[in-house]
Amino acid sequence: MFNLSILFPSVLNGLTTGAVYALIALGLTLIYGVLHIINFAHGAALMVALYGVYWLKTGMGIDPYLALPLMVMAMFALGYGLQRGVINRASHGKDENILLVTLGVSIVMENLALLAFKSDTRTIETAYTLTTVPIDIGIGQAMIALPKLVAFGGAVIASAILILIVTRTDLGRAIRAVAKEKHGAKLMGIDVEHVYAMSFGIGLACLGAAACLLLPAYYVNPQVGGGFVLVAFTIVVLGGMGSFAGALVGGLLIGVVESLGGLYLGESLGQIGIFAIFIVVLLLRPQGLFSGNS
Amino acid sequence: MSNRRHFLAQSTAAASALAFPMVGGAQPRAIKVGVLHPVTGALAYSGQQCREGALMAIEDINKAGGIKSMGGAKIEALLGDAQSTPQAGTAEIEKMNEAGVSAVVGAFASAICLATTQAAAKYNLPHIVDVGVADQIVERGLKNTFRFGPGYRKCAEIAVANLHVLNTAAGKPARSVMIIHEESLFGTGTANLLARELPGYGYEVKEVIKHANPTRDFNNIVLRMKAVNPDIVIPANYYNEYALLVRTMQQQRVVPKAIYSVLGGAASSYKFVKEFPEAANGIIDCNHWFNPRDKRSAELKKRAEAKGLFFSYEMFMTYTSMRLLADALERAKSADRAAIIAALESSSFSDHIMPYGLTKFVNGQNQGAQPLMTQVSKGDIKVIIPRDYREIDPIFPLKA
Repeated sequence: MFNLSILFPSVLNGLTTGAVYALIALGLTLIYGVLHIINFAHGAALMVALYGVYWLKTGMGIDPYLALPLMVMAMFALGYGLQRGVINRASHGKDENILLVTLGVSIVMENLALLAFKSDTRTIETAYTLTTVPIDIGIGQAMIALPKLVAFGGAVIASAILILIVTRTDLGRAIRAVAKEKHGAKLMGIDVEHVYAMSFGIGLACLGAAACLLLPAYYVNPQVGGGFVLVAFTIVVLGGMGSFAGALVGGLLIGVVESLGGLYLGESLGQIGIFAIFIVVLLLRPQGLFSGNS
Repeated sequence: MSNRRHFLAQSTAAASALAFPMVGGAQPRAIKVGVLHPVTGALAYSGQQCREGALMAIEDINKAGGIKSMGGAKIEALLGDAQSTPQAGTAEIEKMNEAGVSAVVGAFASAICLATTQAAAKYNLPHIVDVGVADQIVERGLKNTFRFGPGYRKCAEIAVANLHVLNTAAGKPARSVMIIHEESLFGTGTANLLARELPGYGYEVKEVIKHANPTRDFNNIVLRMKAVNPDIVIPANYYNEYALLVRTMQQQRVVPKAIYSVLGGAASSYKFVKEFPEAANGIIDCNHWFNPRDKRSAELKKRAEAKGLFFSYEMFMTYTSMRLLADALERAKSADRAAIIAALESSSFSDHIMPYGLTKFVNGQNQGAQPLMTQVSKGDIKVIIPRDYREIDPIFPLKA
């Protein structure tokens, strides 16, 4: 069974999926790193973004890739508004409240989606859904679906932009300052509430991009976020809470593990590797592979 | 949610009752019949097709004067949604029982039928299984359960025997098989039967792979297929996964000697043939199929197409199941559940478009029920086996 001609395409397949996982995990880890809360609504927000892309394609005829700037802006606005208008207000400054509020928000989102779209699994058809690109690197040839390749490229670029924002801009400096020392940042004249909301907004904007890259090769139903959020949490734990490099590497690693698991253990057991890694990391290196905030 | 669903179900039923207004003064009471399918969730497409078939049958029965032995009583549909899960199906049976239905027709998927027939048995509520191919459905001694179509054991036996006939006639080019099935009762049961039957005819079952519903990526499975390189690929799954599997095979340039489906979700589907003519071409399927010599099947197909629908097996299976119930009601002369069960037990219904001949139930299974073998050819689906119904000669293998 360990034959290179199928191992290579399977690893490539895993890398392309992993890049999207990484993008979703980046949003999660940003929100955690700054706000120190675990955003339970992350999966539900991804589902909302996927429906957004679905609606733009079926209702307005806008191609998912062209919809990307629109979705990133819309999800940013949703995130900013949610943090300022709902999560921040309802939390009254207590972290455990924030946790419950995000959980509540996710339940509301999922049920609204159920009401609006019912529990049907929906997909979109594009001209390139079935297009494949042959990749040959000597040890084996792989036929990779075009949407997956685009998703890989898009996710890597989006991750790079995110990392640039956090490390090179004034906003990024403010975000890191707030993440390290909230009160000190406030004394320096940083609007902490605004930075919180910006972080949440950027975290959800990642999901907007991820949704545009995912949907041409994936599906959407009201429960779709659940599967991703579990994987994203595993990635964040694996890479180290709040670490961007960790999320990126962790995402790619988890994608490959899942793909190889599916190949050698069967589709139904494929995800077992992810959770095995989750447990092993918690046991042996609870701070994650790339510990500390980047 | 349940309130909303309930309201929807009720209002749709009311609307369908309004659509067939009663003529004249003293009309007999309408007979309430539960029409239960997974119209949302992973099996939504199939469930909606089933529902359409049932509603078309009810429309025909009522237009033709209703149940004559009951003074022309009309059939009134009470629509239910099993949401693609056995639990939701069972809950709908409870609601239908409370609403006082005389019988239930449904519920498409084997796993759902297994649960709904049992739930209906508690109330001695007659339940006609329209598709549900798992043989366990009719093997538990439930007096209320009747299945008009064939079970998966019969389908698997016929498919394997015919594969051997085709392969022998072609000089035995095919020796190895790979089976890909969905993980619920229908796919797993069918795959187990095939894996047991095939070695007896000298075929090597190289691999049996199961997958979840829904699955949106078949790349890994197709990669394994590439490595195993089977002569024949046998898929047993529902429409979405079947279509994606075959399309991924096309994408990855995997071309076996034959794609030979047993109860394949898309193999003999006009929708699939129309949307992906290239991927569908040459696919053989052993599945529920209408008698192509019966003119009424062509008329029904036209009517479905006029509504913008594909004439799929779900549709004509549920259509015929509803007509079977109407025939039983006619002879029972009553909306009483026990009387309907007795009438179904003694049914000899033959006025239908299926290749089953005279109906005869033994332990709830129609003895004459049989699948037909079809092959996709030139953008159409044609019967290849048995000879009595043959429209074109089979092409096997697809590539030398």
